[in-house]
Amino acid sequence: MNETNLKSIIEQVIRELNVADEPSKANVSACPLNETTCDVPEITAYEMENYFEVPSAENKDAYLNYKKSTHARVGIWRAGPRYTTQTMLRFRADHAVAQDAVFTDVSDELIEKYGWLKLQTAVTNKDEYLTRPDLGRIIDDESIALLKAKAKASPRVQIYISDGLSSTAIEANGYDTYKAMEQGLKSHGIEVGTPFFVKYGRVPAMDHVSELLGAEVTVILIGERPGLATGESMSCYMIYKGKVGNPESLRTVVSNIHKNGTPAVEAGAHIADIIKRILSEQKSGVDLKL
Amino acid sequence: MRLKTSLFGQVYTFGSVKEVLAKANEEKSGDKLAGIAAETVTERVAAKEVLSHLTLEDLYNNPVVPYEEDEVTRIIYDDLNRVIYNEIKDFTVGEFREWLLDDHVTGDMIKRISRGLTSEMVAAVTKLMSNLDLVYAASKIRITAHCNTTIGEEGILGFRLQPNHTTDNLDGIMVSLMEGLTYGIGDAVIGLNPVNDTVESVYNVLKMFDEFKRKWEIPTQQCVLAHVTTQMEAIKKGAPSDMIFQSIAGSQKGNEAFGITADMLQEARELVLKQGTSAGPNVMYFETGQGSELSSDAHHGADQVTMEARCYGFAKRYQPFLVNTVVGFIGPEYLYDSKQVIRAGLEDHFMGKLTGIPMGVDACYTNHMKADQNDIENLAVLLSAAGCNYFMGVPAGDDIMLNYQCTGYHEAQTLRSLLKLKPIKAFEVWMEKMEFVKEGKLTNRAGDASVFMK
Repeated sequence: MNETNLKSIIEQVIRELNVADEPSKANVSACPLNETTCDVPEITAYEMENYFEVPSAENKDAYLNYKKSTHARVGIWRAGPRYTTQTMLRFRADHAVAQDAVFTDVSDELIEKYGWLKLQTAVTNKDEYLTRPDLGRIIDDESIALLKAKAKASPRVQIYISDGLSSTAIEANGYDTYKAMEQGLKSHGIEVGTPFFVKYGRVPAMDHVSELLGAEVTVILIGERPGLATGESMSCYMIYKGKVGNPESLRTVVSNIHKNGTPAVEAGAHIADIIKRILSEQKSGVDLKL
Repeated sequence: MRLKTSLFGQVYTFGSVKEVLAKANEEKSGDKLAGIAAETVTERVAAKEVLSHLTLEDLYNNPVVPYEEDEVTRIIYDDLNRVIYNEIKDFTVGEFREWLLDDHVTGDMIKRISRGLTSEMVAAVTKLMSNLDLVYAASKIRITAHCNTTIGEEGILGFRLQPNHTTDNLDGIMVSLMEGLTYGIGDAVIGLNPVNDTVESVYNVLKMFDEFKRKWEIPTQQCVLAHVTTQMEAIKKGAPSDMIFQSIAGSQKGNEAFGITADMLQEARELVLKQGTSAGPNVMYFETGQGSELSSDAHHGADQVTMEARCYGFAKRYQPFLVNTVVGFIGPEYLYDSKQVIRAGLEDHFMGKLTGIPMGVDACYTNHMKADQNDIENLAVLLSAAGCNYFMGVPAGDDIMLNYQCTGYHEAQTLRSLLKLKPIKAFEVWMEKMEFVKEGKLTNRAGDASVFMK
């Protein structure tokens, strides 16, 4: 696909998303509704590169210059031998948002709103999800029945969405990336199967899905394990004629999909192009030179 | 050999020594995932009771991976001192526990006995130890090693400076390095986990560390933690490395998953002794962690504590300078929460010391575990009291490259002053010369990396 095409797809998807998506973008208001001036401090607003608390540093300019090259928490100073209150609170906030990304669920309302079928793996709760990766690779019986009844069989491309280790990543990027992929594939004349969401999913569950539906290419959008303050990162894995037990090296991966990495819509258009390549070369993973 | 017992009128029978070892473990999610954990708390205690009456000879006769099948087992058995083994083989595991805790038993006595122990014996006695037993017994055992400086002496707590960066940006690495030094981090080693496992990148980072170390006359050692083969290539090209790092496992199959063999490590050691930059004789650095064998399906049906002990038995062959478990890195399917991570950290440290290797700990956790910085601070205090050789130091405990959290720069001075511990002597003298510490307290220069920016 040439660049003009890519651009027009991205623009079109963004237009559609803006119309369809308003309620989900509901921002939590940063200041109380009854106040006219907004002056609430936000300790998570600054980038670490710009945070500097060393009093009377010997060479402040050089220090700040070095700091531009890293997100590491340096130049933070101390209280006795311990962290300053600000450093401690910022760390805890960054950890909190990462933990919330793992330990909360993608909201049912969102899944319904997007019209995705709701499936689940053999895992029954979050604790089991975290401790039994084997169960997260199997679609449960009820969901298999739902797939057989409602999803299109033998699609050329089956795309689905799964929480993985970050529900936040899916809520932030899942729909936008999916729509851009669907749109991109449509422009290539490639039909896409029925979209669905799989709760408590691990990446290899896509091989079970591939076998169940007989898709030529199976694609999963899944939340990544969050880093500190980066709970929104999503990955996309693709496999050509996936089979349960096939080696990980057969998957093609696009990772780091989030607003500070590859933005959702742009990633979707890029992934659509990769899927087209997988279909035409009939292979994925290390065999496919991108 | 008795493999059954009765508790409260119920009889518990076990099929093998391996099963007793697994079921006697404190609860770990990894043993459950492997399907080998005790079904109930009572069964766990029953297994401990059976284990306490097995002799060290019973354990010798039942390695969890057979000698014929596995290089790690062969190394552990081939290196055993037979005279010492024969002196202790009739000990039951319960008696051995009490011997270790006995007031008349000194660290030197334990170090001698250690030469007659297999890793299954080390793991077995650990399963009968409470957390405080593990802290107390470990505190008796000091294992020192020398690269450029000496690690592991009484009253010393070292820190590895871990200046990791998301893209190996040299300035980004340097500012973390400089700041860490001012906080008293880096006496154990300056060691980078690289993003790019290439000879060129390893070479460049080592060169930069070496020049900085020479310019400021820092008494320590340096290393880039790439794959062993990459480091060897870099050293052959003239990269100034004081030691060679590698992750290791407790079975041959586990080591194969890391792309290594015993011969390869031997070759690496010989290379760095000949072409490395350090005084030696201890020039190897190993990392381990409970669960890594299961994750590569190389656990042979054995529990993760026993497999971890075998890592240490294997490591001992190469006379390492540093060995540390990366205890909370692997994730909740192996160590579920802070309770399990703290237990594992204490177990690993004790097992390393009892095996006779200079043991440190990367006290850490990932964001999908039920643990936070408070838990890691707790573990660090316990391990400092236990005489742990070293911890990691990263800026504010946040490793931006490995995406996990561990002990931070600020923990060094806090733990040292709290527990009356010091950095490695030569490094402490250097810190005083640089005026980062005075009379045991941080000065106004501590925390200011820019003192090096000229």
